[in-house]
Amino acid sequence: MRHLIDILDLSKEEIDELCETATDIINDPDKYNEVCKHKILATLFFEPSTRTRLSFESAMLSLGGEVLGFSEAQSSSAAKGESVADTVRTVSCYSDIIAMRHPKEGAPFVASRVAEVPIINAGDGGHNHPTQTLTDLLTIHREKGRFDDLTIGVCGDLKFGRTVHSLIAAMSRYKNIKFVLISPDELKLPSYVKKDIMQKNGMEYYETRDLLEKMGELDILYMTRVQRERFFNEEDYLRLKDSYILTLDKLETAKKDLTIMHPLPRVNEIATEVDTDPRARYFAQVRNGRYIRMALILKLLKEAENEH
Amino acid sequence: MNIDSIVNGVVIDHISAGKAMKLYELLGLEKLDCSVAIIKNVHSNRMGKKDIIKIDADVPVDFDLIGYVDPDCTINIIKNEKLIEKKTISLPEELHNVIFCKNPRCITSVERGLEHVFKLTDKKNKIYRCIYCETKAEQVL
Repeated sequence: MRHLIDILDLSKEEIDELCETATDIINDPDKYNEVCKHKILATLFFEPSTRTRLSFESAMLSLGGEVLGFSEAQSSSAAKGESVADTVRTVSCYSDIIAMRHPKEGAPFVASRVAEVPIINAGDGGHNHPTQTLTDLLTIHREKGRFDDLTIGVCGDLKFGRTVHSLIAAMSRYKNIKFVLISPDELKLPSYVKKDIMQKNGMEYYETRDLLEKMGELDILYMTRVQRERFFNEEDYLRLKDSYILTLDKLETAKKDLTIMHPLPRVNEIATEVDTDPRARYFAQVRNGRYIRMALILKLLKEAENEH
Repeated sequence: MNIDSIVNGVVIDHISAGKAMKLYELLGLEKLDCSVAIIKNVHSNRMGKKDIIKIDADVPVDFDLIGYVDPDCTINIIKNEKLIEKKTISLPEELHNVIFCKNPRCITSVERGLEHVFKLTDKKNKIYRCIYCETKAEQVL
């Protein structure tokens, strides 16, 4: 059974295929609006995430399928002490595909080992969130038309920001990718990501505390939120949350075709005045999230059908 | 110093000097009924000094655990006072319930009955990572 637990579960060719399907869906949505008729997506959200859950539900409904599930552990049998494995075995009997979010790292992997239907990891704590990375990749594909030869600035919380780690891992398979890592010292990219992914794949990177230093060189600027829930200490959070705020002034030296991305939700790291700049693509990115999830659901359901 | 020869049992030889006690603890040898000899700082042409553990009973030993603690060990199986098998050990590719994930955010911290599994991800530096959360295992020694 094919699952999506980590972005690297997908080959480069499969990512291209998903981006092509998503683009076809964008161009001709009517063609797809009944392709998952009588199929059921279960959204098992053991921790709340309205945005991700709604994007999965919207994706399945747009394909003509049905959805069921829960949006927090309290409304599931996990509150009674049921294991992840047992919950997933049970829900496998009621659905054709499962999207699962869980606060514990590795929970969707545990699910994938017992499930009888495809499992999609919709985020496991600070570990993986492959459909966010697919969303980012589709946005890059649509905005730049390529995955090679890009200088990508990532700014904010690079220590706990799983979207950044996954994006770096995904981009490590393409040619001539340079990362500019912009963060305060306390939130720098962990050394294991630099060593195990960037150095191992010969990726070029530059670390700076200054958002403006390399602004003029960037093809993509990926802003991230300093997430309160990743801190053990409230004082550290309050001290660091406003470190990097993107404003129109700061974009003066930026390229005309810069793509500004953000996994959202934002707090105040991008001033709202930037929203109307044509380089701001984070709301297009949200839309892409729905289309790439449609493409993913289709692919996994097709492969599961072929197995049977 | 005399240690009686073994009739039926296991001799873990070529243990790096100083690691025998740790191995004794991790293998849970204190729970055995039979004689167990720990011989430390034995002269070795190859190693300079080495430790040896002799177990005077035909008991199963966890090769993965021994390989994880000291991959240069050799294990001799003795039957009727004769060496019937000599095993060399290497770093195991996977460890099942040998070491335990200490990441409080890992699913292993809450899921009942879940085996703790670590994979060897960097042979040169002897780095194992939890298959669920990818946290690096702390070195035993």
